[in-house]
Amino acid sequence: MHSGGIPWLTLFLLIPLAGAAAMYFVTESTARWIALAATLADLFVALPLWWLFDPQTSQMQFTEHVAWITAPPIYYSLGLDGISLPLVLMTAGIMPLCVLASWTSITTRVQSFMAMLLIMETAMIGVFVALDFVLFYVFWEAMLIPMYLLIGVWGGPNRLYAAIKFFLYTLAGSVLLLVAIFALYFYGGHTFDILALSQGTYPASLQMWLFLAFFAAFAVKIPMFPFHTWLPDAHVEAPTAGSVILASILLKMGTYGFLRFSLPMLPDASHAFTPMMVGLSIVAIIYGAYMALAQVDLKKLIAYSSVSHMGFVTLGIFVLNQQGIEGAVLQMVNHGITTGALFLCVGMIYERTHSRLIADNVGLASPMPQYATLLMIFALSSLGLPGTNSFVGEFLVLIGTFLWSKVATAFASLGIILAAVYILWMVQRVVFGIPLPHQLSKLKDLNKRELATLAPLGLLVFWIGLFPNPLVSKMHQSVNNVIASMARTKVAPTAQPSAREAAPLLAGSTEPLKTEEISR
Amino acid sequence: MSLYGTDLLALLPELIIVVTACLVIALDPITPASRRDLLAWLSLGSLALCLGLTMGQIGVLNIRVSAFSDLVVVDAYARFWKVLLYGVTGLTIILSLPYLKAERIHLGEYYAFILLSLSGMMVMVSGADLLTIYLGTELMSLSLYVMTGLNRSNPCSREAAAKYFVLGAFSSGILLYGISLLYGMAGSTKLASIAATIGSHGANDPLLLIAVILVAVGFSFKLAAVPFHMWTPDVYEGAPTSVTAFMAVAAKAASFAAFMRVFVEGLGGLKADWSLLFLLIALATLVFGNLVAIVQTNIKRMLAYSSIAHAGYALIGFVAAGRATGGTPGLASVMIYLALYAFMTLGAFAVIGMLRKGGIEGEEIEDFTGLAKRQPLAAFLMLLFMASLAGIPPTAGFIGKFYVFMAAVESGLAWLAAIALIFAAVSAYYYMRVVMVMYMREPDPSSVAPRLVTSPALSFVLAFAVAGVILFGLFPDSLVSFALQSVLTLK
Repeated sequence: MHSGGIPWLTLFLLIPLAGAAAMYFVTESTARWIALAATLADLFVALPLWWLFDPQTSQMQFTEHVAWITAPPIYYSLGLDGISLPLVLMTAGIMPLCVLASWTSITTRVQSFMAMLLIMETAMIGVFVALDFVLFYVFWEAMLIPMYLLIGVWGGPNRLYAAIKFFLYTLAGSVLLLVAIFALYFYGGHTFDILALSQGTYPASLQMWLFLAFFAAFAVKIPMFPFHTWLPDAHVEAPTAGSVILASILLKMGTYGFLRFSLPMLPDASHAFTPMMVGLSIVAIIYGAYMALAQVDLKKLIAYSSVSHMGFVTLGIFVLNQQGIEGAVLQMVNHGITTGALFLCVGMIYERTHSRLIADNVGLASPMPQYATLLMIFALSSLGLPGTNSFVGEFLVLIGTFLWSKVATAFASLGIILAAVYILWMVQRVVFGIPLPHQLSKLKDLNKRELATLAPLGLLVFWIGLFPNPLVSKMHQSVNNVIASMARTKVAPTAQPSAREAAPLLAGSTEPLKTEEISR
Repeated sequence: MSLYGTDLLALLPELIIVVTACLVIALDPITPASRRDLLAWLSLGSLALCLGLTMGQIGVLNIRVSAFSDLVVVDAYARFWKVLLYGVTGLTIILSLPYLKAERIHLGEYYAFILLSLSGMMVMVSGADLLTIYLGTELMSLSLYVMTGLNRSNPCSREAAAKYFVLGAFSSGILLYGISLLYGMAGSTKLASIAATIGSHGANDPLLLIAVILVAVGFSFKLAAVPFHMWTPDVYEGAPTSVTAFMAVAAKAASFAAFMRVFVEGLGGLKADWSLLFLLIALATLVFGNLVAIVQTNIKRMLAYSSIAHAGYALIGFVAAGRATGGTPGLASVMIYLALYAFMTLGAFAVIGMLRKGGIEGEEIEDFTGLAKRQPLAAFLMLLFMASLAGIPPTAGFIGKFYVFMAAVESGLAWLAAIALIFAAVSAYYYMRVVMVMYMREPDPSSVAPRLVTSPALSFVLAFAVAGVILFGLFPDSLVSFALQSVLTLK
């Protein structure tokens, strides 16, 4: 489990923090450059991992394992596998774009803003690379305050409401996660090691409770259908960079949580809850799409389209087969690229017209041809046009769903049709309408900074859309591993001796149920 | 009974504090008003001396020294609390220097009373006899009553002192009544004898249960647990802020220390009864404290209700200790919790005390409006203290909650931990409201903008508090092992 050499992941976590610390000493204009330098440096640390990563194994790679707290044993334990690698790379890639997008739109307290962005980067990467459950929880919760400030200080007119709503929703969701972590610790042989806990067997009744606790935390973050109400508010009020971080990275943490924890640790409960999860996913897909149809605010439209798209991700995860899960992971990355890009586009037009309403931003094709082209690309990617990235992801998810239930596939496919409706209708108005005369003077085409922000994402749309294999092959082994770990526990069903059923959580015993030594 | 040198030696730190307190009173009249700082430094010197003595005793952790025929013990458990109390008292004295001057109540007696109160607390944490503990409690409380009313020109301060005194005396009476019942049964007020009597007579005597309830009620007043919390908001609001900080941290810690020793060492045989009783009290305390804190507009009042809620969290650790077989993790979690609570609460009160609106203390939450623009560093520190009080990682407050709730889950109280954590999320609302007004509200340009009046003393206290909040949030190991070792001598 130990890898010598360069501690890639620690570097990865420390560079943004160092940048954030430097913000205390610098002026506003320097702050922008330092933030850009720190995020780019982090990206350059991230890129070699793409080539150094060994796709032939499901083992964690680039691992670091240092004792952190002795009683109870908590480790500073990091590692990457095929599921976290794409997400980490995406995070590192999105962050410099967030800095660029805030270059001129953020004018007050720039240093603090950049510091918050950088702290967010560390926390988000930490969530994806942590291999100790407590360490994971620390990163998971550490994001709350920087994000609260990003929305609440630099957000729109109704920012106070949106910020506290985001904060309380996510905090209330995740507190139960902590209780679940403790329960796993006492049942799983007194360890917080995620890999060891993933190999434990837990009584079926306990699994149900733990699944619900995990669900509360992850479903709020994704957000799944009944818990999505914070998302439109947060997106609309957040500054562009905040919206991009929310959509591209934060939402993925919930689905990542399901993949990393719920499935391998609680296989029986995951099977038992599959109908509910698939049902909620399909409701999210259709409901999100319908809501998107009705929106007049561009950010709200994209926010609801996120609910719909994330429905595809949870659908792919909970059909519990390889196509579904690989599609889900791919779709997590795709959604990060496409929706992030769409929020960047909205931010750019907002800087020009100071309105996010569709009615105020019509007919951009002739005054802003470059912008219109890129917006078109991302819009088509969002509706899953073949040749773009989302097509591959959604297609895989739908194949996976088809293997599970044909009816479910039919309903989920409705979401794609609706996506075509709301996206094309939006494009028709925003790109091809007749421009408002009083706006024309403000509609200057993209400058070099803005082009540099959007172009890399445009390239990724086609690269993943046309050549998905390099990415999919990297996650292959790890996804197999998740499925295998679920099957393994299916073979050894939960009909344990009754002593195991006598839950210490209820009886007050401190004996671990499973004392079998788990070797690292 | 004759006095032996060893007995006095065991009580040497207490004696030093009492002698210094007397010295301060004697020196006060002959010290010119401009040089009253010297009295504070004298008090700090005595604290440093005691800290050295107590730390020296830490080397011999497993030894339990009884003195004065088992009336007091010096053990690792007592040492843990004493070190905490020295630290809190020292920081309070340093914080008081600028605060009392700003409030124009820089009186020499203040330092004498704070030392006398400390000596009472030290007797409480070392007491192995109900009457000794009672005497310690009274010495602590009587000094606190006077300190609460120190700001004589402020009617709120006088009202707070009167309320505190009446309710405090009432609760002492209840405690004493419980003690008398226990004495009637055991024929002794020593904790060991009471434990032996319970062991031989069994736990089914209704009179015994009444006694336990009365003692529990008496202590609940001191801990400010619901439904015996009514004095807290008025007293915390009315008392000078440095005294409020001292009460919220030191008095609470000492009360918890004595309370845990009484219930574990003396009444341990009745675990099944009192753990249920305190489970209900803990639940009521954290639900009520958190809900009522939401509607407060005065920040001292808000922190008063928050301190009630925090007592509820700490009690959960104690309830867990009462249910589990060993109980060590639960008791240790309370010690860790209160030690970490000390840093964040002292830090928050330090900011509140020195936030000045044209010479007057800015006590309303609204007074923090726009602080992030005027004084970013001060606002950032307050943000850290609020995040820590809300229990958000990577701050110390998270570590405190971590150990308490872990002990709760271990003892089979996962449902209680879940409820408590949901209310921790509720509490985040009112803590984040302070952050909201600091960072997200524009100050009204027509009114006087309150500023944090900085001084070297304040900077020192804030640096100390923030270091505790961050360092123990990231590296809690030393504190945790200290607590785990110390709790072992509690039997």
